[in-house]
Amino acid sequence: MNAHTSLLRAARWQPLELVFWALAFASPWVLAQHALIINEIAIVALFAVSLDLVLGYTGIVSLGHAAFLGFGAYSAALFAKHIHPDPLLGLAVGMAAATLLGALCSLSIMRGSDLTRLMVTLGTALILLELANKFSDLTGGADGLQGVIMGPLLGQFEFDLMGQTSAWYSLAVLLVLFVLARRLVHAPLGVTLKAIRDNRLRAMAIGIPVTARLAVVYTVAAGIAGAAGALMAQTTGFASLDVFAMDRSADVMLMLAIGGVGWLYGGIAGAVAFKLMYDVIANITPQYWTFWMGLFLVVLVLVGRERLIRPWTWVSAASRKEGAS
Amino acid sequence: MLTLLFDGVAYGMLLFILAVGLCVTMGLMNFINLAHGAFAMLGGYVTVALMQRHGVPFLVCLPLAFLASAAMGVVLERTLYRPMYKKPHLDQVLFSIGLAFMAVASADYLMGSQQQIMQLPDWLRGRTELFADTPFVLGMGHYRLFIIAVCAALTMGLQYVLSATRFGSRLRASVDDARAASGLGINVNVVFAATFAVGSGLAGLGGALGAEVLGLDPTFPLKFMVYFLIVVAVGGTTSITGPLLAALLLGIADVAGKYYIPKLGAFIVYALMIAILIWRPQGLFVRQGGKS
Repeated sequence: MNAHTSLLRAARWQPLELVFWALAFASPWVLAQHALIINEIAIVALFAVSLDLVLGYTGIVSLGHAAFLGFGAYSAALFAKHIHPDPLLGLAVGMAAATLLGALCSLSIMRGSDLTRLMVTLGTALILLELANKFSDLTGGADGLQGVIMGPLLGQFEFDLMGQTSAWYSLAVLLVLFVLARRLVHAPLGVTLKAIRDNRLRAMAIGIPVTARLAVVYTVAAGIAGAAGALMAQTTGFASLDVFAMDRSADVMLMLAIGGVGWLYGGIAGAVAFKLMYDVIANITPQYWTFWMGLFLVVLVLVGRERLIRPWTWVSAASRKEGAS
Repeated sequence: MLTLLFDGVAYGMLLFILAVGLCVTMGLMNFINLAHGAFAMLGGYVTVALMQRHGVPFLVCLPLAFLASAAMGVVLERTLYRPMYKKPHLDQVLFSIGLAFMAVASADYLMGSQQQIMQLPDWLRGRTELFADTPFVLGMGHYRLFIIAVCAALTMGLQYVLSATRFGSRLRASVDDARAASGLGINVNVVFAATFAVGSGLAGLGGALGAEVLGLDPTFPLKFMVYFLIVVAVGGTTSITGPLLAALLLGIADVAGKYYIPKLGAFIVYALMIAILIWRPQGLFVRQGGKS
């Protein structure tokens, strides 16, 4: 088996993936009363996939990915409110705005250490938060942007209170962008990204244009995050300042950590696990849920994700140690 | 005008004391610790609790805050932090954010979510004005004067320890290259544990001093994390003069920005930081020759 076929094999669609997507699309119908949370999960999953492109595939530690989510959300909400209520048009506007912002911001992540990038990305999100707060005539400031009324999807499906339309809409967008991201990471471009992540100096030495690749992936990821933001604003009819907040960026990082980085389904699995966990914990202790979330993070990192999600390896590792001694 | 400068300097000195431990630990172990603010919060709460509930005088509380945070630092360093040094930065970020979340929720649980009010002793209240009748009026709050005096003394002490003692030269050697330093017989782990403890203690002291100026509530670690990180990122991690200048710059820019352009608030600080980091990605004050 030569390199060509082995690369192609990794990129082929597995039957299990098709089953997964079929189940995902059936879920708003089967679990109709949970359609709202399915919608939320689809949106944060899209957001996590976007961060995975930057963090998992390219190795840029970003603590400000919410900048693009929020920018997309506000662009789509403002477009719907002032120009045209069509959702797909609004989605395109949100994505385009976030893509432009991403192209601009990609200039800021080229140099420096992980700490520098962490600070620059965080600073970008905080600046946008401050701006959204101060230009309250446009954004509604701390009260949020209210009164966003969406038109029917494709001219015939109204957004209902049950959230089924929203859920299908978000799932469809998630699928389309996921397929795009999947193509991207299995294309030669994606392989060069992994090379940059693993060793930037060597990647440069074999002739990969590192800066250009970083700019491309950051811009694409920003566009996808913008789509997630636009979906969020459209399906809730609301955009508030917390879309820019650091909690969002930290949460999405946590989702990736749960699901696994450098694996596109990791973002989706993490989003599902995170949302369900959040729901359970917030129901038990609404005020102190951050404590348990923090504890979970600490344990996750200390024990290691691989070992945590495979409890059966604890026993065998322990018995092997005993056998050795 | 001069008053603003004065307030900015006091604020900057405070930030320096809060962040200096973070700078050294980051330079030493290349560890991104986002939970540093939790130690500062601990110091603040220790002071407030001792003063209000047990009537301990303010000046006694400050060393106690230092000791409490330092002890906490040693315990956490030995148990939780040490396995993290070799992990990738993403894991470190997740781990320390988790710790910060836990600290926030614990403080909320133990002390309540309201803002804590600090009762200063009488001799620290009030204000002196110099050049009162000229355009360069300089109003100095006594408490801020006290902060500047304490922080300046601490800074000089730190500088002395770093540059003139045996421990200081071991520390500098470990920061420059931990492997070579341990090859020369320096026990880097002990150096690091001591530094971590002192850094946490200083953060606790800063939290105690700053409770009145910065405000103290359970979200403190997250609210000021950004400021500490700015000091570290802009100042660089190879010396303590870099972070000192960065902290002063940040303090003055923040106070002046909030006074002259209140509408844009913290915007100035973040924009300044991004501009500096794009211009000098390793920080403003980098010593050549050290391992980055």
